This record gives sequence, C-alpha cells and structure tokens, in this order.
Amino acid sequence: MAGMSGDDADFAVLGGGLVGAATAWGLARLGRRVVVLDEGDVAHRASRGNFALVWVQSKGLGMPRYAAWTRQSSDLWSGLADELKRETGIDTRFERPGGFSLALDEAELERRVAMLRRLHNQPEMTVALGTEIVDRGRLAGMLPEIGPDVVGGVYCPFDGHANSLKLLRALHAGMQHHGAVYRGGCAVQAIEPSADGFRIRHDGGETRAARVVLAAGIGNARLAPMVGLEAKVRPQRGQILVTERLQPFLRHPVVTVRQTDEGSVMLGDSQEEAGFDDSVGTDVLATIARRATRMFPLLGRANVVRSWAALRVMTRDGFPIYAASARHPGAFLVTCHSGVTLAAAHAYVLAPMLAAGALAPDLAAFAPERFDVSPPG
Amino acid sequence: MFRRLDDALTPAPVVGLTVDGTRIEARAGDLLAAALLAAGRGLCRTTPVSGAPRAPYCMMGVCFECLVTVDGMGSRQACLVPVREGMVVETQRGARVPGR
Repeated sequence: MAGMSGDDADFAVLGGGLVGAATAWGLARLGRRVVVLDEGDVAHRASRGNFALVWVQSKGLGMPRYAAWTRQSSDLWSGLADELKRETGIDTRFERPGGFSLALDEAELERRVAMLRRLHNQPEMTVALGTEIVDRGRLAGMLPEIGPDVVGGVYCPFDGHANSLKLLRALHAGMQHHGAVYRGGCAVQAIEPSADGFRIRHDGGETRAARVVLAAGIGNARLAPMVGLEAKVRPQRGQILVTERLQPFLRHPVVTVRQTDEGSVMLGDSQEEAGFDDSVGTDVLATIARRATRMFPLLGRANVVRSWAALRVMTRDGFPIYAASARHPGAFLVTCHSGVTLAAAHAYVLAPMLAAGALAPDLAAFAPERFDVSPPG
Repeated sequence: MFRRLDDALTPAPVVGLTVDGTRIEARAGDLLAAALLAAGRGLCRTTPVSGAPRAPYCMMGVCFECLVTVDGMGSRQACLVPVREGMVVETQRGARVPGR
C-alpha cells in the first residue's frame, strides 16, 4: 500500500461487489496496482442479498462453455477459501458436500430430468457434471428430514455453498492486503479513454488507470457504452426468507433450502421480472415457505426472522459476459449472476487474463456478440 | 432478585407448572416470563452464538431474549405466554432443535 496513489493505477475496477472484488483480488495478488471504485452500500449490491450457493448441476443448457466454466470454478473454490483464510483470517465457510434439487411431484421430476438430459447431450459438453437422479428411497438416506411429498431429486457432487457475506469481506480484506485501494462512495460519472489509458471521473474525484474493468452489475448497462461496449443486463428479483438458528439438520444444500454455517436456514429462490423494485411480497414469500416446508416439514415450526429481496444481474440468455473493448483496448466488461459460484474462476482464471491484457480465445463463447444474431429470415 | 408486590393486595389462585422438570408456582394471570423471574428461574436460555446466559429483558415482546420451549414448542416468547396449570416449560441450550 505504501507509496501508491489511489488516483493512478494499473487497473481501475468499477464495482466492489463479489465480481469486482474477486477480480480485483486476483489482479492485486499478481502484483498489479488496483483501485476499486465502488458506489458503496447505496448500490443495488446483489452481493449482499444472494443465496450463497456454489452451484453446478443446472448450469450450461444453451452454452456448454458455461457448464465447464462453472465446474472449473467449483473445483477452484476450496483453494480460494484456503488462500483467503490464510491471508485474512476470514473463513468463508465453503463446503462442497454435494447438493440437491428436489421435486415435489412426478411432473416436476420429469421436467428436471429432461432438462439435464438436454444439458448433457449438447455436442460441445466438455465436462461431466456428475449429476445423478436420486429416487425417494436413496434420498431418504442422504436427507433424512425430507417430507412425504418429495418424490425424488437430482444430486451433483460439485455443488456446495459458502457464507457470501464473509466471502465479500474476505475479498476486500485480501485485495487491500495486496495493496489494492478501495474507494467507496465513488459512483462513476464518466470514463474517458486517453492516450495512456483511461480517466475516470467519479463522485470522489478522478482516477487514472492503464486499464479499466467494468464489474458494476446492473450498473454496467450505463457504463459499458463509455468504452465502446454494450452490457444488456436487467434486474431479476429474487426473494429470500431466513429462519432463526437451528441445530444442524441439513448436511447438503438444496437449491431452494440451505442451512448456513451459523445454523439459520435460508429459503429461496424466486425469479421475478419487477424492474428495480426490490421489495418483498407475501404471496411469493408464502409460496417459497410452503414449498420449503413440504420438502422439510420440520421447518414448519421454525420462526422466520427476516426476509428480503435482491436483484440478480441477468443477461437475456442468463450467461455471463466477458468482453474486451475493440474500440478502446484495455477496457473490459465482466458481468454474471453467479458471483459466488464464479468467484474462484474470476480470481484465478479471469484476473490473470486481464493482467496479461487480453481474454483467452476459449472465453469467446461469453462475448456479447452472441446477442447480435439476427432473427431467422 | 425479583419479589412480588404484596400478595395480599393482588390475591390470585396458584397455578402450578414445571420448569426443566421442577415444579414452580405462579399466580393465575401471570405471564410466563414474570412467573419465571418471580420463581428465581430467570435464566431461560443460552445463546446459539456464544452460549452466554439470557434472561427476560424487555417484558413486552420486543427483545426475544426470553425464548423458552413451552409444551414442546421451541422459541416461545415467555413474556407473551400466560401461565396455565400443568404447563411444561423447558429452558433452551443454544440453537433451537429443529422440529421442536
């Protein structure tokens, strides 16, 4: 940190959520001088409200590269957790016991199985996701508390979860440990490409950087055109309930129900198109609670202590965008809706590419040009 | 410790309940938290985080410190539950047992 001016850096990372912080940490640990410009906690901040799964089993239908990217990140996650703990003392409580999705009737199970079959049968699938259809009998052995309505489920050994608030804290502590400068309250007003990089005008003044990484979630939609890129992202609302702390009873995360390291049980995850409205609604919360108590009837007695909504950062196809600006070399765009799952890939794979100045060709599938396809004639 | 105001001024029938298997006496109309304090059984739970002891505090349903298991139902707010003859009260140790 000594001798470094916050106003002059190798990289300016715009956005201090999980995507920005993982990228900034990855850059800083490679010795790059990094400034993170963050709007702060007034931002929509999906990183504060997410469900904290490291999730693989359903990822990649329509883009096999995304399945491989997700699996790679899941495999890198324990290394990330170890390194962050060594470096910052913060335990992100990552566990990968394998996860489940559960079906409450045969039709649901069939839909899920058909989706997995299509996912696995894609010609360009390069990785195995290890998913298994688990019938009720076997499920009862692995999840003894399931209710009578559960007919079966899907297990994936690469699914896990973490404490995403501790992850965000650890990434921030870690990047600053490596000399990165964090500036909160610095909403970006303008990015001006210049001869030696970029001048970024923000609420805290001005920052100059040789390269700039846009990692501002939904805010990327506004920022990307400033560097000749386009970020077609929209908010998608998800609502979550959390119970009081309970003695451990659920060893595996389920995609809509997980017991946290602290004992509370999180119930999710709705998907609603509600614009920037991040309020909760009792109808959706009731549906979430009803499904969760059918899966695990003992939850019917638990007290709910909080509920909230957060806004996912969604592209039209649901997959990430990784892009380098052709018009303004040195400007990059990074966006996804799985900031927890992909934190390890962003830190250990993406950041080294950015440090070297170019995205590897094998990330081409994530380029935004995929949205430019003209409709069939 | 807590003492009742002069019983003679507020006569009320005695109600018997058990706390962790020990019988205590309360007065009809007592709320459970008050009955626990009056009986010298104010330590109603330990916290899930540090195991620190907790006792009824706000006495009006706000602070959630007085959680106890009542007739098999965990995490009831003792300050909101009227006593009843034969009520079975258990103090809680750490996080609630799921399903209780």
